[in-house]
Amino acid sequence: MAETTLEHAAPVAPRPPGLRGIAADWSSDQRAFKNVSWGKAMMWIFLLSDTFIFGCFLLSYMTARMSTTVPWPNPSEVFALHLFGQDIPLILIAIMTFVLISSSGTMAMAVNFGYRHDRRKTAALMLLTAALGASFVGMQAFEWTKLITEGVRPWTNPWGAVQFGSSFFMITGFHGTHVTIGVIFLLITARKVWRGDFEAGARGFFTSRRGQYESVEIMGLYWHFVDLVWVFIFAFFYLW
Amino acid sequence: MVDVTPHGADFIPAAEVAEVELYHPHSWWTRYVFSQDAKVIAIQYAGTALSIGLVALVLSWLMRLKLGFPDTFASISPDMYYQFMTMHGMIMVIYLLTALFLGGFGNYLIPLMVGARDMVFPYVNMLSYWIYLLAVLVLVGGFFAPGGPTGAGWTLYPPQAITSGTPGGQDWGIILMLVSLILFIIGFTMGGLNYVVTVLQGRTRGMTLMRLPLTVWGIFTATVMALLAFPALFVACVMMLFDRVIGSSFFMPAIVEMGATPLPHDGGSPIMFQHLFWFFGHPEVYIVALPAFGIVSDLISTHARKNIFGYRMMVWAIISIGALSFVVWAHHMYVSGMHPYFGFFFATTTLIIAIPTAIKVYNWVLTLWRGDIHLTIPMLFALSFIVTFVNGGLTGLFLGNVVVDVPLSDTMFVVAHFHMVMGVAPIMVVFGAIYHWYPKITGRMLNEAMGRFHFWVTFIGTYMIFFPMHYIGLVGVPRRYPELGDTAFVPPSVHTLNEFITVAALIVGFAQMVFLFNLLWSIRHGRPAGDNPWRATTLEWQTAGTPPPHGNFGKELPVVYRWAYDYSVPGAPEDFIAQNDPRPLTQGGPA
Repeated sequence: MAETTLEHAAPVAPRPPGLRGIAADWSSDQRAFKNVSWGKAMMWIFLLSDTFIFGCFLLSYMTARMSTTVPWPNPSEVFALHLFGQDIPLILIAIMTFVLISSSGTMAMAVNFGYRHDRRKTAALMLLTAALGASFVGMQAFEWTKLITEGVRPWTNPWGAVQFGSSFFMITGFHGTHVTIGVIFLLITARKVWRGDFEAGARGFFTSRRGQYESVEIMGLYWHFVDLVWVFIFAFFYLW
Repeated sequence: MVDVTPHGADFIPAAEVAEVELYHPHSWWTRYVFSQDAKVIAIQYAGTALSIGLVALVLSWLMRLKLGFPDTFASISPDMYYQFMTMHGMIMVIYLLTALFLGGFGNYLIPLMVGARDMVFPYVNMLSYWIYLLAVLVLVGGFFAPGGPTGAGWTLYPPQAITSGTPGGQDWGIILMLVSLILFIIGFTMGGLNYVVTVLQGRTRGMTLMRLPLTVWGIFTATVMALLAFPALFVACVMMLFDRVIGSSFFMPAIVEMGATPLPHDGGSPIMFQHLFWFFGHPEVYIVALPAFGIVSDLISTHARKNIFGYRMMVWAIISIGALSFVVWAHHMYVSGMHPYFGFFFATTTLIIAIPTAIKVYNWVLTLWRGDIHLTIPMLFALSFIVTFVNGGLTGLFLGNVVVDVPLSDTMFVVAHFHMVMGVAPIMVVFGAIYHWYPKITGRMLNEAMGRFHFWVTFIGTYMIFFPMHYIGLVGVPRRYPELGDTAFVPPSVHTLNEFITVAALIVGFAQMVFLFNLLWSIRHGRPAGDNPWRATTLEWQTAGTPPPHGNFGKELPVVYRWAYDYSVPGAPEDFIAQNDPRPLTQGGPA
C-alpha cells in the first residue's frame, strides 16, 4: 500500500515488536506514529475529542434519567410500531441499526477497493454507503414525526419526565447531524473518486493539497465512528 | 541530562516525510488577511486577543471604581456591575489567555520550534482564526444587544443565568454568550488539531519529543487538554441554550420567579451544569498555566545562560499536571453540597497536584542557582511569575481543603487567589514572552525604558491590588457585591483598602497603555534586533531571516543534533550551542 503514504514515502527503519516498538517510535524524531499520515492522525484526534462530546451528552442524559422523580417512559412501548395487527417493540430502531451497521460494511469494502484503484467499485460502494446513511436519517425523521404527533416535545412529554423528550431530540439530533455531514462528504469523496481526482493528484478545493485514495479511508474512519456512537446511543437510550 | 547526537552529522536518519507544497499567497489579501501562514495567523490571533483583552481591562476599571468609590459612581448600577464582571472574567480566561497562548504563541512558535514549514493543515488553521474572530464579534455584540450582555457571572450558573432577574437572562445577553462560546470551541478545535498533529507528526529530522523546548511541551499538552475539556463546555452550552430558547429542562428545576410566576421548567439539575462546567473549567486553569510554565522555563534558561534543571522531570510534571487536572474539578463545588467522601477525594487529588507543581518551581529556582543571570525584561517578568505563582499556589492549598474552603469560598479571598495564580502569573509570562519574541516577529527590539517602567509598575501594582484582597476576604467580605454599604462586620479599613486597590488598579492599567504604545512605536523606531539577539539555542532563532520568511527555514529544513538547553557548555567557543549545530560538544567537553 505504497499509495497510503504517498507524501510520506521514505522507508522507515524496522522497529522492535510490542511495547519496545512503541517506546522506540515515541522516542524517535519526526513522527510519533510511523506510517500514519497527517490527515489520518488529525481525524483520529478529532474523533477522540468528539467522543468526549458524545460522552458528555450521554452522561448528562443518564444523570437526568436516574435522578428524575417522575416515571421515565418505557422505550419498548414508545418506540414500538403497530404492524401486522400487533405492536412490535423497537422494530424501527432495529432496522435503523441494521442499516447503519451494514453501511459500515460497505464503507470498509469501499476502502479496500480504493486501495486497489478500482474507481468504479469504490465510487459505487461509497454511494451505497451514502444511500444507507441517508435512509437511516430518513427513518430517524419518520421516528421524530411519530413522536411529535404523539405529543412529545423538548419541553413536554405525555408519559412522564420532560427530560425524555429533550434528551431524545438533542442526542439523536446531534447524532443525525453527524450522519448527515458524513453523507455529504461521502458524496463529495465519491465524486472525486469517480472523476479520477486521486489518480491524477488533482488539488482539493479546500487545502490545495493533492488528493489521494487515503481520503477514502479517512472518510471511513469518521463513518465507523458515527456507527459506533450509534451503538452506544442504542444501548443506553433504547435498550435501558 | 545531556542529549547530543554522539557522532555528528552521520547519525541523523533520512527524512521520513517529503517536503509538502505550501500555499503561496498571490495578492495582498492572501498574504496579510486570508493568510494560511501560521505566523500571520498567530499575529491575527494575538492582535484580536489583545484588543478584546483591552475591553476586559476597561471593564475591570469600571468595577474597581464602583467598589472603591460607590457613592461617586452611583451611576454604575448593580446590574451593570454584574455585566462587567461576567464579561471581564469570560474575556480574560477564554478570549484573551486561551486564544493568546494557544492561537497566538502556539501558531507562531510550534512550527518554528519543531522545525516545520508550517502547520500541517494551513487552510484549517486559517479557518480557526476566522471562526475565533466571529466568536469575539458575537461576544461583543452582547454590549449592543437589547438588555446588554449577560450578568450571570463568568461561570454562568443556572438557574439564575437564564431567569429574568439576571441582566441578559431573558434578553439577548446569555444567548449571545452561549453562541459565542460554541463558536469559539469549534474554531479552537480546528486550530488545536493542527497544533497536536504538527508536534506529533511534523517535526524535523533529529527533533525527538525529548528534545522539544519546554514551550512546545507546555502548549502541546495544554492543547490536548483543551481538546478533551472543551467538549464538556460545548455540551453545557448547547443544553443551556435549549433550556433558554426552546424551554427544555436540562438544568432548570421547577422554579417560581420573584413575583410568584412559576417558570415552565421541571425536574432539571443545576448541579449537573456545574459538573459539566468545571470538568471544563478546572483543566482550563492549566490550559492557561501549562503554556506559561513551558515558556517561563525557556525564558529562565536563556536569560540565565544555564541549562534547564531536570528537563525530563519538567516534561513529566507538565504531563502529570495535565492528567491530574481532569480529576479535581469538584473542588470548585464544595459549597454546592456533595457527599463527604467526594469532598475527601477531590481535596486529595487537588493537593496531589501541588507535587508536580512544586517540582517545577524547584527546578526553575535551581536553574537560576549560580546561573549567569541577565536581568533583561523577559527575565524580570519570568522572575515575577515565579513569585506570583508561588503566592497564588499557596492560597490554593487553603482553598483545596474542604473545611477551609467552605468559609472562604464566597469571599474576596478566592478572587485574590485566582487572580494571583491564573490571572497575574500567566499574564506576566505573556508579557515576558512578548518582550522575548517581539524581536523575532518584527526584527526590532522593544524599547527598554518603556519596558522597565511597564514591568515595575505592573509587578508592584498587581501586588498592591491583590495582596490586600486576601485580607479583605479573610475578614469576611463577600465577592460579587458591587458595594458594601454600612455592613456591621466590615471594618473601616476595608473601605480604605478598597479605595487603595482601585487607585492601584488604575495605575497598573495606565502602565498597560505604555506597553501597547511600545508595541506600536517599536515596530518603526525600535533598535534593530538581528537574527538572534538573546543568543538562544532554539530553532526559531536560527531562521533564514528575521522576521522568518514564508516556509520559515529557506531551502533546507534544519537538522537537530541536541536538546534546547546547551548554554555555557565548557569548552564551547560561545556560551550557547544552537540545536542545529552538528559539533558533538557536550557539557563535559567533546564527546
